[in-house]
Amino acid sequence: MLKTLLSNDTPRSKILTIVVLVIFLGLALAPFLFPGVRSLDTAARIAIFIVLAASYDLLLGYTGVVSFAHTMFFGMGAYGVGLASLHMGRGFHSIIIGSLAGAALAAAFAFLIALFSLRVRAIFFAMITLAVASAVAVLVSQLSWLTGGEDGFTFKIPRELGPANRMGEFLGVKINGKLLNYYLIFTCSLLLFLLMLRVVNSPFGRVLQAIRENDFRAEAIGYRVVWYRTVATCLSAATAALAGSLFALWLRYVGPDTTLSFTIMLDLLLMVVIGGMGTIWGAAVGATLLVLAQTYLQDLMGSAATATEFLPLLSRLLDPDRWLLWLGVLFILSVYFFPTGIVGRLRGSK
Amino acid sequence: MTQVLLETDGLTVRFGGHVAVDAVSCAFHASELTAIVGPNGAGKTTYFNLISGQIPVSAGSVSLMGDDITRLSVSERCKRGLGRAFQLTNLFPGLSVLENVRLAIQAHRGSKASLLTLADSHHAVTVEAMSVLERVRLDTLRDQAVSELSHGNQRKLEVAMLIAIDPKVYMFDEPTAGMSVDEAPVVLDLIAELKAERDRTILLVEHKMDVIRTLADRIIVLHNGALVADGDPAEVMASDVVQDAYMGKELADV
Repeated sequence: MLKTLLSNDTPRSKILTIVVLVIFLGLALAPFLFPGVRSLDTAARIAIFIVLAASYDLLLGYTGVVSFAHTMFFGMGAYGVGLASLHMGRGFHSIIIGSLAGAALAAAFAFLIALFSLRVRAIFFAMITLAVASAVAVLVSQLSWLTGGEDGFTFKIPRELGPANRMGEFLGVKINGKLLNYYLIFTCSLLLFLLMLRVVNSPFGRVLQAIRENDFRAEAIGYRVVWYRTVATCLSAATAALAGSLFALWLRYVGPDTTLSFTIMLDLLLMVVIGGMGTIWGAAVGATLLVLAQTYLQDLMGSAATATEFLPLLSRLLDPDRWLLWLGVLFILSVYFFPTGIVGRLRGSK
Repeated sequence: MTQVLLETDGLTVRFGGHVAVDAVSCAFHASELTAIVGPNGAGKTTYFNLISGQIPVSAGSVSLMGDDITRLSVSERCKRGLGRAFQLTNLFPGLSVLENVRLAIQAHRGSKASLLTLADSHHAVTVEAMSVLERVRLDTLRDQAVSELSHGNQRKLEVAMLIAIDPKVYMFDEPTAGMSVDEAPVVLDLIAELKAERDRTILLVEHKMDVIRTLADRIIVLHNGALVADGDPAEVMASDVVQDAYMGKELADV
C-alpha cells in the first residue's frame, strides 16, 4: 500500500528514510510541534516549495531541460487565485477556478515555448525561457491596473480559512481557520508530490530519463523526443502553477517579489541541485534545507555573533547581515562534497 | 524473387561540394543478408544514416515495404520497422541493462504514453525484455548500469536493443568492432539466427572478411560514395573492381 503510494520509489537508504520521515512528520504535525506564527509559515513554505522543486526536477533532473521560466509558471498560479478571488468574490469557487485557469495558462505558455524552441539545441530553450520570463515579469509590474504593479495586491480568502474562524482548542493549540488552511495546503502539496513521484516512475518517466541519457538513441528506437519534452514541460509548468496557487492562498497576497522574482528561480535551482537532481526525494530534502536556512540562518548567526563578541573578526563575519555569504559557502561545499546531491550521495553509499 | 523490404533509389547526399553518397540505387529482399563493404570513408555509415534518417538526403528516395519514407522522422521510420544498431556504442548509460531493453520494447507498445501507471508493473514488457537479454546472455547482468558494462557486453546490448524493437529491416554497423575473440561469436551467431528464423532483411557493414564469408548472401561495394559492385560474395570478392577499390586503398594505407 505504502509502496504503491510511493510508486515503488522508496528512499532506498536508511538515513534518507529517516530524513524523509522527519520532514513528513514535522510538516504533518507542525502546528502542534512548533507552535507560533512564524514556524507555521515556514512549514507552509516548505510544503509548497517541495512541490515547486519537485516539478522543476521533472524538467531539470529527469528530462535534462534547463528552464528559467519556472517562477513565471509559479506566478501564473498565484495571480490566478489572487485575481479570481478579487474579481469573483471570496470563496472556494474562486480559488478552484483561479487555480485551474493559472495551471491552464501555464501549460499553454509552456506548450508554445516548447514548440518553438525544443526542436533546436537545449541552450536555446534556456535562453527563450529567460527572455519570456523577464518579459512577463516586466509586464506584470507595468500592468498595475490589473496586477497591482510592483506592490502586488492582497485579497480575501474564504472565511473558513481565516484566523477569525475559531473552532476550539486541541492539545493546547487553537484550532482556527488558519490551521485549516495549513492542512489544506499540506494535503494538496502531499498529493502533488506523490503525483510527481508517480509520473517519474511511469513508462513516460522512463522515456524522459532515456531522453536525458541519450536523446539521439531515444529517437532511434522510436520515441518522438520533441513530443515527450513538450509534454514534460507542460506538466511541470502546470504543477508549478498549482504550487503558486497554494502559495497565494497561504499568503493572501500576490506580488512580483513573492512569486516572480529571479531570486526564487535561483533558490529553486539550488534546492534541486543540493537535494540531488533526478530524484524527486532530492527536491524534498533540498527545499526543506534551503527554506530552513533562509528563515533561521540569520537568527542562528545573530546568536553566534553575540556569543563571539569578544573576537573581533569572527563576530563581524557572523553578523546576521552576512547570511548570504554563508549560504553561498554552504552551497559551494555541498556541490563540492555531494556532486550528485544529498540524496544521490545517501543512496550511493547505502 | 522474394519481396523487396527496403529500396534506395538514386540516394545522394552532398556536404558542400563533396558527394558522400552518390546516387546509390539498391533493393534489399526478405530473408537476405547483405554485407556492405568498402574502404574507410567510402560512405557506408553515411548510407546508413540516410536510410535511417539521421541526416537528410540531397536527392533520391528511400522506401520501406513500398512506402516512401524519405521525409519521415527517425522515430517514425523506426515505428514502421526500420531498426538500427550503431557503430559507436550508443545506449542509455545511466540506466540499467534491463531498463534499456524495456525502453526499446515499450516504444512499440501502447503503454509508452502512460503517465500514471508504474513502469515496473508492466510485466509483459519485463518478461519480453528478459527473454531478449537471455538470447544475448546478459540476463545475469540485468540490474547493472550500462556505464559499468564491459565494451563487449555493451556491444551485445546494442544488438539486444535491435532484437527488442523487432524490426523488418535490421541494420548492423560493425557489430563486432572492438570485441574480443571469444565474445564476437555470440553476436555473430545471433545475427545468423535472426537471418534463419525471421522473414527480415539484414544489412551489415563489416570489415572482417571471414564474417562476411560465413554470413552474407550478397555483397555490395561502395567506393567514394558510389555503388561499384553488387552480387554473390565469392564473385564480388574476386572481381577486379573490388580488388582496386578495396585492396588498393588498403595497400595505400600501409
